[in-house]
Amino acid sequence: MGRFLLRRLLQAVVVALGAISLVFVVVRVVPGDPATLILGPDASAGQLASVRADFGLDQPLWRQYLTHMAGVLHGDLGDSWRLGGSAVSSTLDRFPATLALAALALLITVAIGFPLGMLGARKPGGARDLLISTGSLVGQAVPSFWLGIVLILLFARQLNWLPSTSDGGAAALILPSVTLALPFIGWLARLVRNGALEESAKDYARTARAKGAGERTVMYAHVARNIAVPVVTVLGLLMGNFIANAVIIEVVFSWPGLGSLMVDAITNRDYAVVEAAIVTITLSYIVLNLLVDVLYVVLDPRLTPENA
Amino acid sequence: MTNAVTESAETGSGADDAAAELREVHIGFGTGRNATPVVRGVTLRLRRGRVLALVGESGSGKSLTSLALMGLLPAGAALTSGTVKLGGEDVAEFTDRRWRSVRGREIAMVFQDPMSALNPGFTVGRQVAEPFRLHLGDGRRDARAKAVALMREVGIADAETRYDAYPHEFSGGMRQRAVIAMALALGPRVLLADEPTTALDVTVQAQILRLLARRQHEDRLATLLVSHDLGVVARVAQEVAVMYAGRVVEQGPLDAVYTRPSHPYTLGLLNAVPEPGTARPVPIDGQPPAPGALPGGCAFHPRCPFATDRCRTDDPALTPVADGRAVACHNTAEVTASQRLQETS
Repeated sequence: MGRFLLRRLLQAVVVALGAISLVFVVVRVVPGDPATLILGPDASAGQLASVRADFGLDQPLWRQYLTHMAGVLHGDLGDSWRLGGSAVSSTLDRFPATLALAALALLITVAIGFPLGMLGARKPGGARDLLISTGSLVGQAVPSFWLGIVLILLFARQLNWLPSTSDGGAAALILPSVTLALPFIGWLARLVRNGALEESAKDYARTARAKGAGERTVMYAHVARNIAVPVVTVLGLLMGNFIANAVIIEVVFSWPGLGSLMVDAITNRDYAVVEAAIVTITLSYIVLNLLVDVLYVVLDPRLTPENA
Repeated sequence: MTNAVTESAETGSGADDAAAELREVHIGFGTGRNATPVVRGVTLRLRRGRVLALVGESGSGKSLTSLALMGLLPAGAALTSGTVKLGGEDVAEFTDRRWRSVRGREIAMVFQDPMSALNPGFTVGRQVAEPFRLHLGDGRRDARAKAVALMREVGIADAETRYDAYPHEFSGGMRQRAVIAMALALGPRVLLADEPTTALDVTVQAQILRLLARRQHEDRLATLLVSHDLGVVARVAQEVAVMYAGRVVEQGPLDAVYTRPSHPYTLGLLNAVPEPGTARPVPIDGQPPAPGALPGGCAFHPRCPFATDRCRTDDPALTPVADGRAVACHNTAEVTASQRLQETS
């Protein structure tokens, strides 16, 4: 296991360095001059040059890159010119809020989507199954920014049940995470349904029935055990997806997370913060993938750290 | 074997010692008038302590027939008419709850491929222990102790350790032993064995057959052995029913059927078995018909060397003949005569 982990960890580091390099290039290729933004349109050429020199923007790109990567190795992605202080620390300040949002969204998706899928697989083609399939299509078709606004209007403005923006309380998490989760509940339900349907037709399910196991035992013990691996895979991807998707949702709900920080930073050409945010999202993807790989080995007895 | 010959395989006589019984059972795929018949009027009786073998090519409906006894027909297939009885009770009256208490306790099944028949995600021991947990409500510890004893009994060495191994860590023969252990856990009266040795190596086949035969004898099981392997059948069964295109075409004591087949299909099957030291095996010409596209008259007539005009229009009924047998053929006399010719020449 140790060897397997080490190998995966090294792979993750390579991927992370590649991603950071890519982000560096993309951010600098996008048009717009930070010096002009910092000083305003009336700044003189001399002032602009001195600001550029302060941030190292007058250096050739390859030098900037090398300096940058040397900083990265020390956990330094530069300073935010707008917020002052290290870009990494301002990003990390905001990250827990996004993580909480994504985690609750994942919990909601699993808590509703999984049982719905199992229910649909019990009687394929039945009324429930069709309802779930249709519902999941509708859910996926609805754009999340629109859904967010509708939920705010309904539950915050009209009914006044839930806060629409962060007020420091846990209740404020509900609307944004539901908005984030809703399109994926039906998606997960269909995935679980198809997997469960396939597994429940397998010989081992028949063996369980032949031993006198009821449908509930067959589905929730025997079948569930075997769809755990594919479900965990998509949940890992989904969590990454939620962290990335939070960008839009956080703007709609004025949620003080990574997404709203990043949007602000982009409009202000706050390179360091944009990079720190993107790198954080990228790293969380990589960490989630690593986690899924490890869970594979834990969940599938046929896989060993050697053949995984 | 003389004993087996005197016990008749006649259909319809009201023997009450049947542990399980199928009467004029029809099974179809699909519903209503569009249903494709796959089993067409099969009558079988399983008695305690005896093995009835159901033989025939794949697709002849033998597996479906055995699954009907368990109430486990696959999705889309259904009993369209006829009666299935377990211990004298008509299963049509069974609720889901009753089925659950019967399966595994009164009737159990051994499957063809022990790899796919076991759940790859659970330890073998847990699966062997499952009947105890489901039916007796045993706790983890009790069920484990019983399962380990059972695994030892069916010849799984080092059962205590092997309990925690997964199916992929077992060999094919050991897996099948585990499947047999599961089936025998609660001492059922009826055992269905669907090609129990087909997926195994020849040497392992013999061990598994010995195990099955021993338990069969000790537990006085009423066994239905589904097989296409006439050699396997000869070693364990007392009675044989030959199926073709969803019907039983010949049924009777093993000896009689094997030495003097009265149906051309049985004769063909026996001639197709390779035997060392004898003439080359002769396969039966042609393919079995697809269900739903059966030829008129006797379903076997397009492949039958004895077919006459009558066979093309008139489907023969299963009729009792000599030595406790029943045959569905218009030309039984010719089939028997042809063998006498072969022997004298």
